[in-house]
Amino acid sequence: MAISIDKQLGIHQYALQLRSERAGILANNLANADTPGYKARDMDFGEVLKSQMGESTSLIPVQTTSAGHQQTLLQADTVNGLKYRLPSQPSIDGNTVDSEKEKSEFAQNTMEYQAAFEFLNGKIKSLLTAIKGE
Amino acid sequence: MSLMNIFDIAGSGMSAQSVRLNATSSNIANAESVSSNVNETYRARHPVFAAQLQSEMQKSPFDFSANELSAGTGVNVLGVVESDAPLQLRYEPNHPQADEKGYVSYPNVNIVEEMANMISASRAFQTNADVMNSAKQMMQQALTLGRA
Repeated sequence: MAISIDKQLGIHQYALQLRSERAGILANNLANADTPGYKARDMDFGEVLKSQMGESTSLIPVQTTSAGHQQTLLQADTVNGLKYRLPSQPSIDGNTVDSEKEKSEFAQNTMEYQAAFEFLNGKIKSLLTAIKGE
Repeated sequence: MSLMNIFDIAGSGMSAQSVRLNATSSNIANAESVSSNVNETYRARHPVFAAQLQSEMQKSPFDFSANELSAGTGVNVLGVVESDAPLQLRYEPNHPQADEKGYVSYPNVNIVEEMANMISASRAFQTNADVMNSAKQMMQQALTLGRA
């Protein structure tokens, strides 16, 4: 029986990578907390994870049959799986970053990164145990 | 690897906030720098922030294979602008800098606004520093993957 390392690692390898991607998105929101007109964005984690795993998602690109077709304009809110946050307290300069919200999301994302890391590490350790045969 | 990007993003945020803090300290330091000529009087300076979107514009959408999901690459300081608010003309005929009518022009620095700016800038700087610290910890943890 062949052992598929890819199958063994399962969802956790994608989850760990997406968690670090999401940390970048949230860091960008926090860096632009005082930029006029900046709209806070976040990842639709479940949908993007599905697409990374090769499953069908709602993030289906619009078909373009001519060079003049503008696919970015049709689904601007789902480009690359990124969506715009609904502002709870929109400010007068058009900025929609809620610093506290972004900070709590960032902290939560870091914890979930650590959880994904622990799962992945456990998988790798069990592989190592199998290899050593101790 | 997007964890590396976080250092650039948080770094750009920190440098933008330090430009803002710099402008604020300059404004507060010159809040009482008088002059007899309206054109020579110090005017409050404020930085203009803009999101960095260069790489995003060049990227093709729906490109999941590249694993590039970054929302942007931080914040840019487009420049520093001088405030258009009217200068304060005060009637102080005994002031050495007074003009022939006895007026001295004081800068248009609003101290209350500058203090609020200062606190906002230092808090935002702190947030970006915390983000960078978290990213560092996440990277260090990733390096221990598979270690016994």
